[in-house]
Amino acid sequence: MATQAISPQATAPDRSAIRYRKGRDRIVEAMLLLAGLVAVFTTVAIVFILVYESLPFFDRVSVRDFLTDTMWTPLFAEPRYGIMPLVAGTLVTTFVALAVAIPAGTLIAIYLSEFAPHRLRETIKPILELLGAVPTVVYGYFALLVVTPFLQQLIPGLPGFNMLSAGLVIGVMIIPYVASVSEDAMRAVPNYMREGSYAMGATRFQTATRVVVPGALSGIAAAYILGISRAVGETMVVAVAAGLQPNLTWNPTESAATITAFIVQVSLGDLPHDSIGYQSIFAAGLVLMVMTLVFNIAGFALTRRFREAY
Amino acid sequence: MHAVTQEAVAAQLREDVNRRKILDRVFVIVGLLVLFSALLILVILFLDLVRTGAPRLNWDFVTSFASRKAERAGILAAWVGTSLIMLVTALVAMPVGVAAAIYLEEYAPKNWFTAIIEINVTNLAGVPSIIYGLLALGLFVYQFQLGQSIAAAGLTLALLILPIVIVATREAIRAVPRAIREAAYALGATRWEVTRDHVLPYSMGGVLTGMIIGLSRAIGETAPIITIGALSFIAFLPESPFRSEFPFLSFAWLRDSFTAMPIQMFNWLSRPDPDFHMNAAAAGAILLGMTLLMNAIAIYVRFRYRKKINW
Repeated sequence: MATQAISPQATAPDRSAIRYRKGRDRIVEAMLLLAGLVAVFTTVAIVFILVYESLPFFDRVSVRDFLTDTMWTPLFAEPRYGIMPLVAGTLVTTFVALAVAIPAGTLIAIYLSEFAPHRLRETIKPILELLGAVPTVVYGYFALLVVTPFLQQLIPGLPGFNMLSAGLVIGVMIIPYVASVSEDAMRAVPNYMREGSYAMGATRFQTATRVVVPGALSGIAAAYILGISRAVGETMVVAVAAGLQPNLTWNPTESAATITAFIVQVSLGDLPHDSIGYQSIFAAGLVLMVMTLVFNIAGFALTRRFREAY
Repeated sequence: MHAVTQEAVAAQLREDVNRRKILDRVFVIVGLLVLFSALLILVILFLDLVRTGAPRLNWDFVTSFASRKAERAGILAAWVGTSLIMLVTALVAMPVGVAAAIYLEEYAPKNWFTAIIEINVTNLAGVPSIIYGLLALGLFVYQFQLGQSIAAAGLTLALLILPIVIVATREAIRAVPRAIREAAYALGATRWEVTRDHVLPYSMGGVLTGMIIGLSRAIGETAPIITIGALSFIAFLPESPFRSEFPFLSFAWLRDSFTAMPIQMFNWLSRPDPDFHMNAAAAGAILLGMTLLMNAIAIYVRFRYRKKINW
């Protein structure tokens, strides 16, 4: 037999080498798993910290006041803790941003996916994505010192800090997110659907709007949700350009603070660990997190609703 | 009579088709217009920063500390702080991100547990950056007692860019053909040997690209490090990482308080004095220049590696 030809002395060290290599494999695998668990740990830690640090806040302020009071003045001598003004500011800037990003992003996505020549698309996509790579504080500069003075010429009496210019700039910032994800979704629509449409005599524009866009609707919805999450959580643009005074208004030409701007404002001062000001930013952060979560769940439900099976 | 109607119908049809073809052309023009106005904004932004900041863009600006006088204020503490934070971020995010990606692509069994990790990575990419700041404030600054330090800031930004590194690395690993793994397994290599000697070297281009993109995001992040408590007026440098005597390296700087480029810019921007806005523009031009440069390098690296590899 062939195995008998190899002496046991020769195979023994090999076997221990294999055992060593297999043992090393198991240790490495455990370490890699640990790295993967960092992501899980981060999520758990975010939820834990937000809840744990805002518990003392909700000991002092009732959840009812928090949700129904119309004033947010936690740093005043007579503090009021109604989150509504901050939520309103966040929603207004988000809405303005989406009014820019959704039409522009969708148009760009349709153009790049259905009309642009291959070379142009491959060159322009990375350049377009640079719009999303610009540091947000630089966009803040742009909103405060370029866009606002320009808008003031169009709208007399526009204050130096206003939600309109902040929202418009956030809109520009999230165009690449909306465009890129929508475009991926449109390109995933199989070619035979386009060919079927062309064979019926449809033009490119008809094919794009009546075949490709409906077919990619779930992906496009996901792109919009991504844009909303970005706009809701955007911090520096609003902190620089929209003002830091909480103001319960739905008028974008006024100045108002958002949830994120309030967190920045408090962080800039040096508040002691156990002060209510410190605790209030975690309560505000919790609301922000819940808002993002609600949009994402709604988006998830929407994408499932619109999912097309090819 | 019959022929006339047919002709009328044909004419009507032709008109219809022509109208739709014009619509096609109009859409191309609108699409290009929107696309190029978006890109134009980027150009305007950069030119405005450079033009406004021009009087400050000189060597003194880079080598001076912050000051109460706008024309004497510089970004020395800011760029040193940013460099040290990026060092910590890179040293943490790279190994953890790459390891997590390897686990998910090469090791993880297909079960609910792996699904949880994957969902987490996707969700973390969508968490607003200021939430990471609150996490860091509660966890790193107070629970771990790191204080308002470079270490806390670096760790925070590392967590922030982790999803970017993981996603980029996974994509690169997935692009390595099965045949390469199977050839190595056939020669008796263990899973780790296959990964270390074959899969990783082939996916290095993607890993590097993801890392650079991640760092370019981290370098401009302002909100999370404001939350930790970055100072905006610092007239000293962190302790030097290098020593003249043994062991030549020092880690005391990790505990030092800090400022960073975007924080410095934000501070200047939030002053009413237009003289300081000039400083903000100059700092912004440098910051934006660095971000664009890093993105350009990433695009180049991806291009080089794509060209070099022929399966």
